Amino acid sequence: MPDAVTLEGITKTYDKGKVVAVKDVSFTVKQGELFGLIGPDGAGKSTLFRILTTLLLPDAGVATVAGLDTTRDFRKIRACVGYMPGRFSLYQDLSVAENLNFFATLFDTTVEANYALIRDIYEQIKPFSTRRAGKLSGGMKQKLALCCALVHKPDVLFLDEPTTGVDAVSRKEFWDMLKRLKEQGISILVSTPYMDEANLCERIALIQNGKILSIDTPQQIIRDYPGKLYAVRSGSMHKLLADTRSFPGTASSYAFGQYLHLAFTPGREGSAANLEKYLGERGHSGIEIEEITASVEDRFIQLMGNDR
Amino acid sequence: MRTLKFLLEKEFRQIFRNKSLLPILFVLPMVQLLIMPLAADFDIKDIRVAIVDNDHSSYSRRLTEKIGASGYFHIEGFAASYAEALRLVGTGSADIILEIPPQFARNLVKEGDQKVYLAADAINGMKGSLGASYLTAVLTDFNNDIRVEWMQPQKMEPQPTIEIVQENWFNPSMNYPFFMVPGILVILVTMVAGFIAALNIVQEKEIGTIEQINVTPIKKWQFILGKLIPFWLIGMIDFTIGLLIARLVYGIVPVGHIGTLYLFLSVYLVALLGFGLLVSTYSDNQLQAMFVAFFFIMIFILMSGLFTPVENMPGWAKVISHMTPVTYFIEVMRMIVLKGSDFGDIRTPFLIVLGFAVLLNAWAIFNYRKTS
Repeated sequence: MPDAVTLEGITKTYDKGKVVAVKDVSFTVKQGELFGLIGPDGAGKSTLFRILTTLLLPDAGVATVAGLDTTRDFRKIRACVGYMPGRFSLYQDLSVAENLNFFATLFDTTVEANYALIRDIYEQIKPFSTRRAGKLSGGMKQKLALCCALVHKPDVLFLDEPTTGVDAVSRKEFWDMLKRLKEQGISILVSTPYMDEANLCERIALIQNGKILSIDTPQQIIRDYPGKLYAVRSGSMHKLLADTRSFPGTASSYAFGQYLHLAFTPGREGSAANLEKYLGERGHSGIEIEEITASVEDRFIQLMGNDR
Repeated sequence: MRTLKFLLEKEFRQIFRNKSLLPILFVLPMVQLLIMPLAADFDIKDIRVAIVDNDHSSYSRRLTEKIGASGYFHIEGFAASYAEALRLVGTGSADIILEIPPQFARNLVKEGDQKVYLAADAINGMKGSLGASYLTAVLTDFNNDIRVEWMQPQKMEPQPTIEIVQENWFNPSMNYPFFMVPGILVILVTMVAGFIAALNIVQEKEIGTIEQINVTPIKKWQFILGKLIPFWLIGMIDFTIGLLIARLVYGIVPVGHIGTLYLFLSVYLVALLGFGLLVSTYSDNQLQAMFVAFFFIMIFILMSGLFTPVENMPGWAKVISHMTPVTYFIEVMRMIVLKGSDFGDIRTPFLIVLGFAVLLNAWAIFNYRKTS
C-alpha cells in the first residue's frame, strides 16, 4: 500500500515568482493516518491543498496522492479523493439531499452505496434534508460539506480549515467524526490555524511562511521544546510584559491566556528567583512564576523565533 | 451521459428556484417586446408648422390647406411676422416655419417663379430633417398641380408629366412595428443568452462551487454543455414566445419558412452562449462579468443596424458592425420574416454566424482550460 500523500520539494509562487506561497515542502502522510497541517493564515496551507487536489500545478517538486502523480494522473486522483475547501462551496439554492445526490452522481455513485460511511454524520442533518443548503447553520453546513466530500468513499480526505468559524462544541464533534472516519481506514489531511487541535492529530507539520518548521507527533513536538518554560503572572499584566522583556535573562516572553509564557536564555534557567526579585523591585505584587510543560503553540512560537 | 443529465437537472432546478432570474428570463423580454416597438417609432407625424403668410392670396391659402391635409403636419398657427413665428419655435410649440413672401400669387402667375422660405428646428435632428423633406415633397406636389393647371388652357395637348408613385415592398404601408419587432426580438434573445450565461458561470466561480466541481472526475465538456444547453433552450423558448407576440399583437406572420429561422437561431444562440462563456472565463465575479457583457451588448445593439441602417455608417463603423453577430441575425430575421427569403439567400450570414459560434466557443474553452 503506497503512502496516502507524499510531497517532495514542492514549491509554488504566484504573480510570476514574486510571491512565494510554499517553498521546498516535503512530507508524507501514511496510509490511514490523521495528519494535521498547522499554521497561521497565509502560511501556505491552502496552496498545498490545491496542489494535492490537482487544482494547481506546482512550480517545482513532485507530489503523489494514493500513489498517483498529481500532475500526470490528475484524473485518477479526482476520482479517489474527497476535498472540503475552506469556504463553504456547495450549491446554496439546492437542498441538503439534492446537494448530496448531485455530488454522488458526479462521482458516478449513489448516496445509498456508501451510506454506511456517512451515516453517523448525515443522520444529524437528515431532519433538514429538504432545507436549502444556504439556510443551514454554520455547523450543519460543515457536516453537509463533509458528507459531500465523503459520498464517493474517497481513499484520501482533504479538509482545508474545516473548523474555522465553527463554535467550540461543533469543533469537538467534528474532530470526533474525523476519528471515526480514520477508524474506517480513510487517510485524512486536515489543516487548521488552531494549535489546540494539533493534539488531536496523529502527526502534525508546523508550517509558517510557506516553509515546514517541524514534522512529528504532537507529543514529540512538545518534548522537543528546548529548555524550560515558565508561566508568569502578576497584578499588572501589561506592565509585566514590558518588564519581563527588559529582564536580562529573558529569551522570549509573550501573552498566553491569563499568563505570560516566558523562556530564559539557555544557560540561565536558574534565574527564576532573580526574575521574581527583579519584578518585585519594579513594584509588581502577587507575582506567580511556575514551571510548565510547553504546548504545541509554544513550540511553534519558539521555532518561528529560530526561523527569523 | 448520465452525468450530463444530472448536471442539466441541477441547472434547471436552480433556474426555476431563482425568484429574480425567472421573471428576467421570461417576463421582462415580453414586456419589452410589447412596449419598445410602440415607443421607438421613427415615423414622424404631427409636425407642427407655423405659417407666416405675407400674401393672403388664394394660392397661399391653397398651399396652406394642402399642407394641413397631408396628414403629417399640424398647422400650429399663423404668425404675422417671421420673428413671431420664431418665438413659437423658441417656446417649443412649432417645429417648422414656412414663410410665404408678399406677392406670392402675383409673382407666381406673372413670372412663373416664386420662392418660399422654410426653417426647421433642428434640436431634434430627425424630426427637423424629416419634417423639412416631407414639406418639400408637399411643395413639389403643389408646384406640379398648378403647373398642370396653367399649361392645359394654353396648349391643346396635355403636357406630359412624370408622376412618381412610390410603393414600399415587403412592408407596403411602412408599418413601423413590422420593421422593428423582428429586430427587437433578436436583441432580447441576445441579451438573455449573452448576459445570463456569462453571469451564471461566473456565479459558480464566485461562490466557489466550481472549485468543488473541478475536484470531481467530471469532464470540462460536460460542465460546459451542462451550462450551455439550459440557456440555449431558454433562448429558443423566449424566441418562440416573441414570435407568438409578434403574430398576435402586431400581426406579423413570417413570410419565409419558420424552419430556416430556427435553424439560424440555433446556431446564433451557440455563438452568443460562446460569447457569454468567454466573458465568464475572463471575469472573477458577477459584477465584472456584468460590466464586460454590458459593454459589448451595448455595442452589439447600437452597431447592429437595428436603429440605424448599416449602409449609413462610416467605413470603420461598418467594419465593427460586420464583426457583430447580432448584425447578421437582424438582417436574416428581417429577410425571412418580411421578405420570405429561403436558405439560399441567407447562406452567407449563416456561415458567418457559424464561424462566430466555432470561434467564440473555441476561444472560451481554451481560456477556461488555461485558468483552472
